[in-house]
This record gives sequence, C-alpha cells and structure tokens, in this order.
Amino acid sequence: MASQKINKIIIQLATYCFLIGLSIIILYPLSIALLTAFQKGNTPAFYLDFSRELTLENFQILFFKEQYFIWFGNTLKIAVTTMVLQVAVVVLAGYAYSRYRFAGRKQTLLFFLLIQMIPSMAALTSFYVLATLLKVLDQWWFLTILYVGGGIPMNIWLMKGYFDTVPREIDESGRIDGAGHLRIFWQLILPLVRPMIAVQALWAFMGPFGDFLLAKFLLRSPGSLTLAVALQRYVTDQKNLQYGLFSAGSILIAIPIALLFFVLQKNFVSGLTAGGTKG
Amino acid sequence: MRNKKKYQALLCGIIPGGGQIYNKQYSKAIFFSGAFILELIFTITFGANALIGLITLGSIPMVDNSMFMLVRGSLAIIVYALFTGLYILSLHDAYKIQQSIENGEEVGTNTREIIRKIWVNGFPYLISLPAYLLMSFVIIFPVLVTLFIAFTNYDLAHTPPANLIDWVGFENFFKLFIKSSFKSAFFDVLKWTLIWTFFSSTLSVSLGVFVAIIANQPWIKGQRFFRTIFLLPWAVPAFVTILTFSNMFNDSFGAINVQILPLINRIPFVEIAQIPWKTSANWTKVAMILIQTWLGFPYIYVMVTGVLQSIPGDLYEAARIDGAGAMKRFQKITLPMILFSTAPVMITQYTFNFNNFSMIYLFNQGGPGVVGGGAGSTDILISWVYKLTTSGKPDYALAAAVTLLISTGLIIASLLGFKYSNAFDKEDMM
Repeated sequence: MASQKINKIIIQLATYCFLIGLSIIILYPLSIALLTAFQKGNTPAFYLDFSRELTLENFQILFFKEQYFIWFGNTLKIAVTTMVLQVAVVVLAGYAYSRYRFAGRKQTLLFFLLIQMIPSMAALTSFYVLATLLKVLDQWWFLTILYVGGGIPMNIWLMKGYFDTVPREIDESGRIDGAGHLRIFWQLILPLVRPMIAVQALWAFMGPFGDFLLAKFLLRSPGSLTLAVALQRYVTDQKNLQYGLFSAGSILIAIPIALLFFVLQKNFVSGLTAGGTKG
Repeated sequence: MRNKKKYQALLCGIIPGGGQIYNKQYSKAIFFSGAFILELIFTITFGANALIGLITLGSIPMVDNSMFMLVRGSLAIIVYALFTGLYILSLHDAYKIQQSIENGEEVGTNTREIIRKIWVNGFPYLISLPAYLLMSFVIIFPVLVTLFIAFTNYDLAHTPPANLIDWVGFENFFKLFIKSSFKSAFFDVLKWTLIWTFFSSTLSVSLGVFVAIIANQPWIKGQRFFRTIFLLPWAVPAFVTILTFSNMFNDSFGAINVQILPLINRIPFVEIAQIPWKTSANWTKVAMILIQTWLGFPYIYVMVTGVLQSIPGDLYEAARIDGAGAMKRFQKITLPMILFSTAPVMITQYTFNFNNFSMIYLFNQGGPGVVGGGAGSTDILISWVYKLTTSGKPDYALAAAVTLLISTGLIIASLLGFKYSNAFDKEDMM
C-alpha cells in the first residue's frame, strides 16, 4: 500500500517537472526576444543577459523617426477588412455546404480540399505580374482581396463542419413556423456558430500581421508597407541590421492580436476544438 | 408528343436566351442574352486578343510583353469559363422548366414570380457565389499561370519586355529529371523535404497529444496557467520566434552554445562540446526540426485538449465498472477518440510543413552550403522554388515546374491520406 502511494507521488512529481520544464523551454526564447526589444544598440540579445542596460530607445526610434504608426495603420486596415470579408464569404458558403444538397456539392468540396495543397508560393509571380499589369502595386485593397480569397477553401471546410454540429431539428422547426431561407440562417443558425466565427475571425486577422512574403512582392513604397514587411527589412539588410527595432516592433504586434483574443475569448477554445473534431 | 418539348427548349437554347423565350420566361431570356452580349463585347475588346496572345506569346521584343500576354490569356480563360458556366446554366434551365411544365407544375412567367423561384431553389448557389468568384481569381488564376509558365522558357535570359518568352513543351521537366546538376539537386532537396516533413510534423503531433493528455489529468493544479503558456508559441507571429531562434543557435554568440550547454556541462561527467548549429548542415537540420516542434505542438495541443474534454465521463465510468485498467481505458477510449476526430488536422500538419517556407528561409536561408541547382543544403522544395524565382539568376519556368510537381505529389498524397482516414466519407453521414 505504502509503495503504491510512493509510486503515485513519483508520477505526480515527474508530471509537474515535465510541465514546468516545458514552460521554461517555451518562455526562455520568448524572453530573449523581449530582452532584445528593450536593449540598447542594434545587436540582438543572443542569450538571457541582464547585465546590459535596458532602455525604451528602440520604441522611441520606431515611433518618432520611423513610420511605425503608418505601417501599423496599414496592417490594421488590411487585417480588419480581411477579417470582415472572409468571415462573411465563408459563413455564407459554409452554410450552403452544410445545409443544402445541390448538384456539384461533393465535387467542389473535394476540390476545396485539394486546391489548398498547392503552395501559395506559386501565386507570387502571377500576382506580381497581374498587379503590374493592372497598376495596383502598393494598393492595399488588392492585397486584401488576395488574403480573403486565399483562406477560403480551408475555412469553408471548417465552417461547414461546425454548421454540421448544429442539429437539423432547429431548421425544421423554423421551416414549420414559416421562416424563409434567410430568416432560418440569420436568426436561428448563425447565433449558434459564433464560436467558429470567432476563431476564423482571429485567424483572418492574424494573417496579414504575419505574412511577409506576398506583401513584400506587392507593396513597394515605404508608406504602403505592412508591419511584417517593414520590420523584416531591419533584419535582412546585412549592412544595417537593426535587431532592436525589429524586436520592439514585433512585440507590439502582439497587442492588437491579444486584444482581439480577449474580446473573442469566451468563444475561443470551444470553437477551435469543435472545428477540429468535425472533419 | 409532350415529351419533345424539353428537347425543343434545349434546341432553342443554342441561341443564348432562346430556350427561355420558348418557355415564355422573358426576364430570364433578357438576362441570359444580356450575358451573351457581354461575352461578345468582352471578346472584341479583350478576349480574342488575349487568347491569341497566349498562343503566340508575342513576336516583337519591347512591344509585346510575353508575361503580360500570358497573364491576360489566363484571365480570359477564367472569364470564358464563367460565361460558359452561364451558358450551360441557361440550357439546364430551359430543359428543367419544360420538365416542370410537363409534370404540371406552375412555373410562372412574370418577373417577380421568377425571382422568387430562383431565390427558393438557387439559394445555396447564390450564397456560395462570392466564394466561387473570389476563388476563381485568387486561387485558380495563379494556378493556371503557374501551369502555363512551367511549359515556357521564362528565365533571366528571357525576361520581358526586352526578350520574348516561348513555349518549350516539357523541357523544364526534362531538365529536372535528366540534366545532371538539377537532377541531383532535385532529388537531394526532395529527400530532405520528406525527412523534414516527417520528423517535424510527427514530433509536433506527438508532443501536442502527449502534453494534452498529461496536462489534462484532473489532479493537476494550475491547468489554466499551463494552458496559457503552452499557447504562447502559437500566438506570437512565427517570423519573430524563428528569427529569435536563429540568433539563439548562432555558433559563437547564441544562447544554446553560450548559455545552455555550459549549464548542462555543470552536471558532473557531462561534457558537450560547442555545436556548429549554423555551419554544419546536419546540425542545422536537427535545430530546425526541434524549433518546428516547439512552434507546431501548441495547435495540436489545443485541438486534443478540446477532444479530451468532450469525451463523456460516463464512458470511462462504464469501462472501469467492466474492469478496464487505466492503460486499457487509454488504449480503447482516449487514443481512438483523439485519432478519429483530429486525423484531418494532423494530416494538414504534414502538408503545412511540406511547404513551411518561413522556417527554412528565416532560420538559415537554406544554408549552409549548396547542393547545386541554386539550392542550399537545408532547402526544401518550396524554399528552393523561392530561390529560383528571386535569386540573381532567376529561372521562373523551372520554379513553376517544381511547383507543379510539388502540387501533384501533395494532391495525390492527401487524396490517399483522406481516403485512408475516411475523413471525407464520414462527411456525408451527418
């Protein structure tokens, strides 16, 4: 009996050690990134070193000497528009694919699944030439349309899966009460898929903040850049590396994302998991 | 006798809108013939030239820009596909309406009635329309362009507007499989891509599942705290963390060599020499797989946590009453539940890492060293494609050919994967 108890304690101890160890492994690199942002000078913090002087200099340079607020505004504009449009388009199509059986449904669903396997890298040259042809380089809305369209196939799948979990009886009762297509969709079903909407909104919002590839191809003039592209320049120009500015600017990206996260949080975890549990 | 009318309607439908006139649905007729007139205008102003341009790809340098012609041609193909869709729809409609008349149904000929009918019967199509249109131009269009470029000689020596691009058939594919420098590069890169995909994804998935199971045991205190921390790698933009890691793995200044290894070496009898993370290809590979595990596990962890929480408690209770031990319960309930419901997500981990450009490019630019054909020793296919298109001596056509091969491979693999996991068959059972 006693040995069993000791066994149990050992297991618990090992579990806690594992969890704490993993937490350290996660926090360690993140604190190095944080440290770089508050250090003096352009070199990165290669390791945790608290002997160096901490300063807000990097933030001051970003705010007053660089166009940080403009980049931030650009990104925010693109992110919000992408979020709204993508959620709207995906919700509508996802609903159609979940609730209606129409000709071509199965084929297009399979098509959505397969088309997203094609690497988006393929699109860089095409979109660059198209943008040159249409003279829309540096136009934020062009990039936004690409962001909205690119995420559609996968998101329709997830959204459809979530709609599938809403019982059909709800539609039926609505139909018996004489509600039309729109009413059933808008007033009965839509409120029930809020969690998935929240998750997709967050994803769509985060996308433009993290993309430095497509945006780099399509945005050229300094005033039109998004944050990811603008900050990227600090660490790619080998003659003028600015790790401090890069880290300081990147850390601030977390603020809008965290804000949205907290606004949507109530729905968040359940939506994520439910999306995953339904193929 | 009546039976014939369906076919007469179809026959009239050869002239756009004719079938609808036959059915006396004049507003529909106006719509379809209007679309046809638009198609004619489009052909005269843009379409015809664009299609001819796609075939010739231009004949006078500096005047004809082959790349523009290729892009215009691709756009025209998509627009024509949409018009053709409308045309087929008009035929379908003419036929169906006659069928309804045959069955004695009221079809209605005034505009309001027709619109109401379309709203009721076409609702799923109408609300999917924005998605279809966006995908035609944002997804199909670039795929089409890539497909075309792969069969041209678009490279540094053939860069518009100073030079013309020409169709060269399968030459780029021959280059990949026959020309020695590209052939060896292609197979080296492919080999590492597969190894990379397998290890980085498998480790992420295993760690994610493992942590979820460990952290979800009911007696653990501070679950919320741990959950927040485990989510962090997913919430911070990847390009920030990858660059931080890139510095941490710096051979001479980085945290791993300067801080971590000395700490480990304090343990008696442990003596690990400095590791050449960035200058040895094998160590770079090890580092990248570890970092990707760090980046990738939180997503799986969240998914699995959700599944674990949704398994009904009485299932375990019943198993316990039947005498199933902890191990048995895990084997028979927990594991199947996790695998069954997250299999599609796990498969997407593999396709994601197969194309995980940021990780490879930001960590060590595909280096150190090269394996030929412009590829670095740790480049995966997708980062090689990037190098082929952005290097000082770009070979866009070859890049497109590689992209096509990647896509075909991935599509076949995922078709098999989804078939195997039954993710798609399951779909219609709901």
